[in-house]
Amino acid sequence: MSADDPAYRLFEQRFGARRRARMAETMLTAATAVLLFLVAAVWTDFSPEKIYEGLPRIGQYFGKLLSIEPLAGADPVPVLAFGHVFGGVKEPQSIAYWFYRIDVYGTLLWQTVQMAIIATVMGFTAAFVLCFPATGTLMPLRVLVFFLRRLLEILRTVPQVVLAFIFVWPFGIGPLAGILAIGIHTTGALGKLFLELNENADLRAVEGIKSVGGSWLAQIRYGVVPQVLPGFLSYALLRFEINVRSSTIMGFVGAGGIGMELKRVIGFNIYEEVSAICILILLVVVILDLTSERIRHRFIGQFA
Amino acid sequence: MLELVQLSRRFGDKLAVAGANLTFARGEMVGIIGRSGAGKSTLLRLINRLIEPSDGRVIADGTDVTALRGRELRAWRARTAMIFQQFNLVNRLDVLTNVLCGRLYHMSTARVLFKVFTPAERAMAVHVLDRLGITDIAMNRADALSGGQQQRVAIARALMQEPAMILADEPIASLDPMNAKIVMDALLDINQREGITVLTNLHTLDTARTYCQRIIGMSAGLIVFDGKPEALTDAVLRSIYGQSGDGQAVDEQLTSTSLPMLARPAVAR
Repeated sequence: MSADDPAYRLFEQRFGARRRARMAETMLTAATAVLLFLVAAVWTDFSPEKIYEGLPRIGQYFGKLLSIEPLAGADPVPVLAFGHVFGGVKEPQSIAYWFYRIDVYGTLLWQTVQMAIIATVMGFTAAFVLCFPATGTLMPLRVLVFFLRRLLEILRTVPQVVLAFIFVWPFGIGPLAGILAIGIHTTGALGKLFLELNENADLRAVEGIKSVGGSWLAQIRYGVVPQVLPGFLSYALLRFEINVRSSTIMGFVGAGGIGMELKRVIGFNIYEEVSAICILILLVVVILDLTSERIRHRFIGQFA
Repeated sequence: MLELVQLSRRFGDKLAVAGANLTFARGEMVGIIGRSGAGKSTLLRLINRLIEPSDGRVIADGTDVTALRGRELRAWRARTAMIFQQFNLVNRLDVLTNVLCGRLYHMSTARVLFKVFTPAERAMAVHVLDRLGITDIAMNRADALSGGQQQRVAIARALMQEPAMILADEPIASLDPMNAKIVMDALLDINQREGITVLTNLHTLDTARTYCQRIIGMSAGLIVFDGKPEALTDAVLRSIYGQSGDGQAVDEQLTSTSLPMLARPAVAR
């Protein structure tokens, strides 16, 4: 077809109009995004200069960490000095001195991980129960689907720290408030992910179970659950990793775990202990993340 | 006896099934033929209420099926087993569990939830699998099977329902000719030995002629033919399948899935 063919010219004309319209739309979206970013940056005082100014000071924390305040005129003495690293508990510049409260930290870290485990199991169970009636393709009752989806949205939009703070009032200071806060958030977050998996489930199996006279429960149990369970477990493990990190923060509002101790030592400016706790948290989180990632990959590999 | 009275189903402004009036006697083997989109699948699904009718009624032994609800509806579905073109098995479960699913209607909610099947149910499943010649794959996962094996698993599940009727929606459309014959033979055997009524949608004319005593032709939602295979003349076929481009009658070879070596009754073509 030659370029001066009337049909081709008409096509070009229409195609060109379509393309211009799409281009205008893209430009408008991009301009809006840039504008929003700038407004946000101004409001939050986010500016390149400030980052640039602050950059040299990043090292100062570590400098303080590795030195104690000098007496007037004297040189700073490092907290951790090579010659003393393997010294005893009473030796100020040794690892043992740094971690002299390791038993307390250990107990609190264990409590933190336990909080995450209980909260994840709680959230998983609740999300599992709620996700099926909240799936539009599986639940014919539109009202129930709508109501449950909004409920899950509310559960996951309230920040966990706010929830924990609210729960410290009725349930007192301690892990229970933290567990409830994380558990509730987990319900909302997992519920949403689960129902998306449900929406993608192959409905032929469901129709098959329906055709043998299976109840709604039977259709879910045999038609849907076998399809989605590996995905559910993978998401739950991912959530567990996130929950371990979240539960370290819970202590800041008195909701249990290592965070309470962290808040205290930060408050007293005890740099060695702040660092000791941060290092321990990092260690635990990394170990759990790596382990759970392995397990998740095995799930995916096994069921894919 | 099953009776369809002015049974209709509307999708948007299209009538998928338009006022079907049919009567089926117990033990019949009926083939339903027609072009894609003629309403064959909808008709079958209206009978076991996987699709709700827009109008009309299904009456089984004097009971108005279209009015059934809850447990009674499920009882009706359990009595009218269904075979699907895409098998509709639970892919991630093994064959035995898939077959045992045929008993779900008869099980308590607790047993359903915890997958508790009795030894008697398992024995029944093994018996049914043996009858269809697929006992050796009982522990395989359903999605690891060939199409022909999957369809036999689906038939085994249907038999577990101890149904009075089997509705087969294009049971051999996804199968190669050899497996198609195995599946159709199994349905015929069930029809003849147990006297179970079989209604089956078929898109292959010669299969319908070979296996069914009665053929129903559908076109654009209407029942345009109901009679013996011998009565399917070229004129009738044209009313079912429409005129082909050159005015020729439908060539049965084009819709055939049978192997040349498989003997079938000589029919006038």
